[in-house]
Amino acid sequence: MTEDFATDPTKPAQRLRAGSLTIPLIPWLIAGALVIVMPLFFQANSAITIMNQMAITIIFALAYNMLLGQGGMLSFGHAVYMGVGGFATVHIMNMSDFFAMLPLPVMPIFGGLVGMVLAMIVGSFSTRSAGTVFAMISLGVGELIAACSVIIVVFFGGEEGISGDRTYGLPFFGIEFLQQIEVYYLIAFWLMVSAALMYLFSRTPVGRMANAVRDNPERAEFLGYSARWVRFYSFVASGFFAGIAGALFAINYEILTEENLNLTTSGLILLVTFLGGAGFFFGPVLGAIVFTLVQTVLSLETELWGFYAGILFVATVMYFPGGLAGLIMMHVPALRLGKAGRLIVPYLKTLIPGLFTVLGASALIEMIFHYRHAAVGDDEMTLFWTSFDSHSALPWIVAIAVTVVGFWLTKKTAPDMAAAWHDANSPDGGAA
Amino acid sequence: MKKSLKLGLGAALAVALSAASGFAENVKIAFIDPLSGPFASTGTNGLHQYEFAADYMVNQNGGVLDGRNFEIVAFDNKISPKESLIQLQVAIDQGIRYIAQGNSSGVANALTDAIDKHNRRNPDSRVLFLNYAAVDPALTNDKCNFWHFRFDANADIKMDALTDVIVANEDIKKVYIIGQDYSFGKAVAAAATKFLGEKRPDIEIVGNELHPIGKVKDFTPYSRKINASGADAVITGNWGADMLGLGKSVIENGFEGPIYTYYAAGSGITAAFGDTGKGRIRLISQGGINPIASEEARAAYNAFKEKYPEGNIDQSRIFNVIGMLAQAIEGAGTADDVVEVAKQLEGMEYESMWGGKVFMRPQDHQLIQDMNVGVHTDENIEFDYDTSGYGILTESTIEMASMDSATTCKMRRP
Amino acid sequence: MDLILVNLIDGLVTGLLLFMLSAGLTLIFSMMGVLNFAHASFYMLGAYFAYQISIYLGFWMGLLIAPLVVGVLGAGVERYGLRRVHQYGHVPELIFTFGLALLIEELVQFIWGKNAMPYEAPESLQFTAFSIAGNSIPAFKVFMIFTSVLIFIGLLYVLTRTRVGMIIQAALSYPRTVEALGHNVPLIFMGVFGVGTALAGVAGVIAGPVLSTFPGMAFVLGSIVFVTIVIGGLGSLWGALVASLLIGWITTFAKAYNLRMEDLLTTLGFTKPEPIWDSAWRDLWTLTSPQIADILPYILMVLILIFRPYGLFGKRDA
Repeated sequence: MTEDFATDPTKPAQRLRAGSLTIPLIPWLIAGALVIVMPLFFQANSAITIMNQMAITIIFALAYNMLLGQGGMLSFGHAVYMGVGGFATVHIMNMSDFFAMLPLPVMPIFGGLVGMVLAMIVGSFSTRSAGTVFAMISLGVGELIAACSVIIVVFFGGEEGISGDRTYGLPFFGIEFLQQIEVYYLIAFWLMVSAALMYLFSRTPVGRMANAVRDNPERAEFLGYSARWVRFYSFVASGFFAGIAGALFAINYEILTEENLNLTTSGLILLVTFLGGAGFFFGPVLGAIVFTLVQTVLSLETELWGFYAGILFVATVMYFPGGLAGLIMMHVPALRLGKAGRLIVPYLKTLIPGLFTVLGASALIEMIFHYRHAAVGDDEMTLFWTSFDSHSALPWIVAIAVTVVGFWLTKKTAPDMAAAWHDANSPDGGAA
Repeated sequence: MKKSLKLGLGAALAVALSAASGFAENVKIAFIDPLSGPFASTGTNGLHQYEFAADYMVNQNGGVLDGRNFEIVAFDNKISPKESLIQLQVAIDQGIRYIAQGNSSGVANALTDAIDKHNRRNPDSRVLFLNYAAVDPALTNDKCNFWHFRFDANADIKMDALTDVIVANEDIKKVYIIGQDYSFGKAVAAAATKFLGEKRPDIEIVGNELHPIGKVKDFTPYSRKINASGADAVITGNWGADMLGLGKSVIENGFEGPIYTYYAAGSGITAAFGDTGKGRIRLISQGGINPIASEEARAAYNAFKEKYPEGNIDQSRIFNVIGMLAQAIEGAGTADDVVEVAKQLEGMEYESMWGGKVFMRPQDHQLIQDMNVGVHTDENIEFDYDTSGYGILTESTIEMASMDSATTCKMRRP
Repeated sequence: MDLILVNLIDGLVTGLLLFMLSAGLTLIFSMMGVLNFAHASFYMLGAYFAYQISIYLGFWMGLLIAPLVVGVLGAGVERYGLRRVHQYGHVPELIFTFGLALLIEELVQFIWGKNAMPYEAPESLQFTAFSIAGNSIPAFKVFMIFTSVLIFIGLLYVLTRTRVGMIIQAALSYPRTVEALGHNVPLIFMGVFGVGTALAGVAGVIAGPVLSTFPGMAFVLGSIVFVTIVIGGLGSLWGALVASLLIGWITTFAKAYNLRMEDLLTTLGFTKPEPIWDSAWRDLWTLTSPQIADILPYILMVLILIFRPYGLFGKRDA
């Protein structure tokens, strides 16, 4: 996507172009086309289920970023808006007479409205101030509603949650949504619609004022805007889209549980958004894709996925506070100067050994884990498509050697990369 | 930029998903339980027992159907219903037809519902659900379906057996019921009230309460109430950290009676109770470990210990799952048509090496088996838990517990 | 009457334990403005380290060494992690501690496994100190009370009566001025962070045997520590103490007495719908105080934030 909506929170003042309600067409068309053709490449039901999960997380993360990135509001309890929207959707699915009159694809509107109403109620007192007060109120409210899920069994169904059946709705042009692929296109449609709406929202005067209130509420107030109401509108809009994500969750999984409301889910969406990059509109999209892959696919491969996820988050926040999107957008100046090509060779020189360092280190971790926890006599382990004996010296030597040599090469070539980076970002024939 | 990244990740996804498929010969069983996170120890122990049982009982004896081996494929569901449903889909895509799960009735409810829907919508890739530990009575009553088989006794059956032992103790005049605030805790409380009322109406229930699940840091206030109520015995369905916290706190704060419970052994709990719980904790389980039920079981346990010196067979029913499934597949002559296998499982009688005959009741797919009530002690323990020297010694056995109990299940057969 | 006394003592133990965590956190919070999500993780590390040391050297050495190790670790985290992230702003700092909490939990599981550890109180304290109407108070709890009170007095003395304490207090409010006077403010920050985490470590050491030592112990305590310092008022040691005791007693009494919503509603003149299991309001009618005891602090916090955003003892807006 293009750079014209990039507001980097680490830099205080950036001149914004006047908000116009247009969409830069090319990136959106590419994204749309990609969404349509993806199932042709991945036809397995499980791959489609994982893509559905990604799409739902993307909508939720984008909705969350309306608060965090665009409004500067840190919420610790945003899962409840998605969760309650989803619960309401399942309840509607279970009202068989009413549900039989509605086609399934309109259900997300109901989920969104419920999420919005809840956000209006909570927002009426929580958006009075930003910062820590807002964050702690969101934590408290989140914890209260999550705790209610096991107490108020009538609505939340207790620990086992409530389930419904999506196929009892009015057939939609003959489609009954029996197959995952049909659900995929339903979710994909709502993904594109919600993403476009959220993008447009960020371009409206309210969306722009949210940025202003984030950066300097006092000045915004002097200009005659009520910071509180600007925050309120962002919050309500975010609740609406979170509710849509919840409804899509209900459609995809046909069950909602306490898990959809609890603090872990709220915390994860914060991490996902930040991992992708809160400063860019498309950041949460990247974060959602990467995190879903880590959580669902990496966990098929290793029990230690949580450990790697933790390292990924800590490393991101320490070295790339702009997230993955920030990392990508860092290269825009070099591209503009037409000197991005000069980065390729130094990058390869440093990053390939770097990659080997990471692989070597993770191999060591896996081997230690296997050595300590595997059954007696079960010495064989498989790593990176090779099987070997974890109790013999050779694999350890190889792993240590790869790690050490990789690290040494990375360290040695790092200054060259930094120099190349500097060179690529300085206009020719003048001081930077 | 975004496009290439997405495609790259997509390729990785495809590799990861296809990597595990391959051997079509093996009969694969998907093990969907927590392997990371707070409940990982229970899940990992279960996985070891499954792998061992499949190897020891089936593969080393030449497999089923002329040499097809059992293969356990592990899936980490992080005890989340959502993740379980994704992993279920991955397992089905890999051609797996048998799903084993046990930890958390919430997950089991989600799975049984999803499997029922899947089997209705996709008749050519149907799967069976082998539930080895989720004990919510609803699973074999209102929510029962043809695809679900439960190999553990449900909470009602266990309470029926447990109250048999309680009412036999004349010293007990007052009991206190406490449990976690969710479906299982409520089911335990309801069953205890019902059975005590039927069997010995003179026993007074001096307390019946629920506490938030997994959130209580300190159980002292509850122990004070239990003490103050003058109860002679405590009944609880707590498990995990809640069991340990409650048990330790009740004993340390001066309560002197017995604690009757379901899950207070293994996974570090036995070691943590240690001497504090000796002779105080009585729990209901199936499978005779101390004394061991048969020589066959002793050999199996020793072989298991050799492989996992730190491990325990704390869920001996897993061996029944493997044994009965193998027998059903042999009987059906196929491992791929799960309807035939299910029909074999229905009504199957099976000699368990852990003692007694077990019977899969056809009307609700609930396994009927002998139940043991044992005590936490370090005397006469051949097989201890957590290498602590402490284990569970069987004190009494209820044969074919709740054989004739009623069920509300209305089974729809394909 | 006796039971009230017993519950007062139990609530005191819970509250003082909470105080040891919140005391360090409130200093860190007011100093750096960062919600340290990993604070409870340092508490967990304290328990695990002490368990490991107690195997070889006994409980008392564990009590001595483990908090020091935790404190050094904490200072290291500040020096090499937080200080780097500090320049990016508060949200990245917070996410850093969030990720750190995840990482520490995984690390603990990697090293010690996923089971609970058999970490016990020392033999010399395994007796009943006294009992009130059949309710015994274990000696270890008395020991917990004394330790926490000693720490509170020590902290108060250092902060208000010594030169170091004065500089810290000044650095909390006016870091730039203090820096201009020639004090090394980053060093002070690191020191306070180290001491704060060491306090959490002490709490872990003495709570481990009572509340059991398992990988989820940080998560169980989790956010309640933030709730405490927000209720008490950020940066206020007295506030942290009062809020901790308040929460300790509220939760203890709510659990110890079965107050029923049914009684309250009947008193207010509502009639109970019959049959109750068929009513949409059944969950409200059957509600009892033990069920909601652990969420009472959150309700209290939300109310305080709405009506008095700077907390009970706080001087400035949160």
